[in-house]
Amino acid sequence: MADIQNFTLNFGPQHPAAHGVLRLVLEMDGEVVQKADPHIGLLHRGTEKLAESKTFNQSIGYMDRLDYASMMCNEHAYVLAVERLLGVEVPLRAQYIRVMFDEITRILNHLMWLGAHGLDIGAMTMFLYCFREREDLMDAYEAVSGTRMHATYYRPGGVYRDLPDNIPQYAPSKFRSKKEIDRLNLARSGSLLDFLQDFTDRFPKCVDEYETLLTDNRIWKQRTVNIGIVTPERAKALGFSGPMVRGSGLAWDLRKKQPYDAYAQVDFDIPVGVNGDCYDRYLVRVEEMRQSNRIIRQCIDWLRVNPGPVITGDRKVAPPRRVEMKGDMESLIHHFKLATEGYAVPEGETYAAVEAPKGEFAVWLVSDGANKPYRVKCRAPGFAHLSAMEELVRGHMLADVVAVIGTLDIVFGEIDR
Amino acid sequence: MSTITNLWTSLVTWWTALSADVQHLIIVFAEIVGVMMVVIVCVAFLTLLERKIIGWMQVRIGPNQIRIFGLPFLKGVAQPFADVIKLLLKEVLLPAKADKVVFLLAPLIALTTALATWAVVPFSPAFVLADVDAGLLYILALTSLGVYGIILAGWASNSKYAMLGAMRSAAQIVAYEIAMGFALVGVLMAAGSLNLSDIVRAQSGSLLTWNMVLLFPLMVIYFISGIAETNRAPFDVVEGESEIVAGFHVEYSGASFATLFALPEYANMILVATLAAVLFMGGWLSPFQGILADSSPFAQPSFAWLFVKICWFLFCFLWFRATFPRYRYDQIMRLGWKVFIPLTLVWILVECAMVSMRIGPWSHFG
Repeated sequence: MADIQNFTLNFGPQHPAAHGVLRLVLEMDGEVVQKADPHIGLLHRGTEKLAESKTFNQSIGYMDRLDYASMMCNEHAYVLAVERLLGVEVPLRAQYIRVMFDEITRILNHLMWLGAHGLDIGAMTMFLYCFREREDLMDAYEAVSGTRMHATYYRPGGVYRDLPDNIPQYAPSKFRSKKEIDRLNLARSGSLLDFLQDFTDRFPKCVDEYETLLTDNRIWKQRTVNIGIVTPERAKALGFSGPMVRGSGLAWDLRKKQPYDAYAQVDFDIPVGVNGDCYDRYLVRVEEMRQSNRIIRQCIDWLRVNPGPVITGDRKVAPPRRVEMKGDMESLIHHFKLATEGYAVPEGETYAAVEAPKGEFAVWLVSDGANKPYRVKCRAPGFAHLSAMEELVRGHMLADVVAVIGTLDIVFGEIDR
Repeated sequence: MSTITNLWTSLVTWWTALSADVQHLIIVFAEIVGVMMVVIVCVAFLTLLERKIIGWMQVRIGPNQIRIFGLPFLKGVAQPFADVIKLLLKEVLLPAKADKVVFLLAPLIALTTALATWAVVPFSPAFVLADVDAGLLYILALTSLGVYGIILAGWASNSKYAMLGAMRSAAQIVAYEIAMGFALVGVLMAAGSLNLSDIVRAQSGSLLTWNMVLLFPLMVIYFISGIAETNRAPFDVVEGESEIVAGFHVEYSGASFATLFALPEYANMILVATLAAVLFMGGWLSPFQGILADSSPFAQPSFAWLFVKICWFLFCFLWFRATFPRYRYDQIMRLGWKVFIPLTLVWILVECAMVSMRIGPWSHFG
């Protein structure tokens, strides 16, 4: 009889379910996966090294491009690290704005994840439903920063500017009727806060809609229940964080355990799973979207009644207002110094972690006292999650590999950096 | 003008001079070509309908650009023709390590079997290409053969993804052929015939005598098996674009892709929908028969009723595709072997008992 061997299947980097550039070398026994070997590095852009040759503020934009599904959360970790070394105070209003946009980012990321996860398992309508709501949040990004994805909105000491009083509206085109334009622009006629309030009113119903399609769907449950189980002990040992660890039943959330910015002042719950399988992580993430919605709502209410500065008054870190520069020599010098060489950060090192949508995203920053960082190290949650790939899929079938990739919520921007 | 008249008269004399057999042959041939053209055009518009309906379900627009000769209305209607032209003009790539003969033969097998099944479908009381006595058996035989196209395509491509798709297809088709066959046995017992026209006639009377009412579980199982048989979502593991990329047709392109994948798949979808309408929903019979007076135009059997019923089943195909996640390969097997086959067997036993004891609607047999 012929010698029957397992065969190797090259899954990616160009594969519809590879979530970017994942290359997975699978050793298959028929449909059953015996070994999974994830390869990384295809999206390596040298972000950490690039940061060493740029002033501190110039690297904020690179942080957006790490995990390009949760942009502002990455910025947040970086500016927190710089702030800690500088020792600047962040105005409360800026803290609330950051918390609000962190949660907007969380919803953005989870919508992206839900859509892609659904699409991977074959529920393709989910993808388009999720992107419908994502569009509104991206408009919020655009209104506040001018870009829909890579915002570069946070600054050490606060945020770039205050929330705008109006947001971009839809212009008439031959593809949309007047009636539709009016309907779309109705929510966009007020300030950004009005728009977001309208969104928070609508969004819970949208989540209900997603859940109608998936949560009790027998096929969805057959595809996710008992797939990719992680015990709490293994989750800890593997360095999991975020929904991956909460799905296993551990209520670990940096927003509660080490509150940063205004998280101590807002009220929200941490959903946890029971079995640690794909289905529990799905439920956890869906509930997180609802909780994020709650936080956004609280931030809106607070921001409406509490005007004030949104960036530190320390002119050695944040540039002065434009008006002041016109008549005040000191301000002009400050602006010139910040625009040409930036600011010097005192010698030292710090580790600043935030609860990014995917887990603990952190920046370890070392400064030698110059205007550029000595070393920037990003701690990406996806890296630890991807490392567990082999453990999660061994013995499962090929179709489950796709479900597991979905549940890990992998984005290669942060893994390869 | 006179030349046209001359041409016509010479044509008529040529026709009448032919023997009756030859005349019959020509008519049948014309009918075959006609039915094939109709099926192919229906397939074209079904692809458009699919994109439009799923588009609307997914808050999108769907194709809305290609127009017929640039006319300002019916935007998007010409999309399937644009697609076909595009596919036919594209290069047919032959993978270096493929078995070239089988690689090119596989689409033809899939296409031939998909079109040949239409021979026995009764479109209206008067029109059926071949009124075969064992029509149902013929259809089952040909749809089983159709899977060879898929298996050979997957094998000949010499690609691992295509290979996985072919293996899945082979296993899936066996499980669902059996469930489908048993579901049809129930219909045969109710009609007492394998002839499709007779099966429709046996259902006449009123809405309540349709097999849909009496054999409801079998209809559900037949239709689900039909979806699995045509490899449509949620049973599209053979293609499984997020798992095995495109499965059996991953290496196909251009015209061979169109004939292997698009045409047979959609032709089979229409066939399954037609059979579901014929076998369970009274084919060309009117739903108002027995409710309205017999003289009423709405109570008359006609092709229009069949068309409406086919459209309903086709809509269900598209609806399911937009709604359900994909089954995993082994879960499909479980559903087929452990749920559908026992269910149909039990139902057939119950029906057998009712027929032999002359209980219920089947008391006229035995």
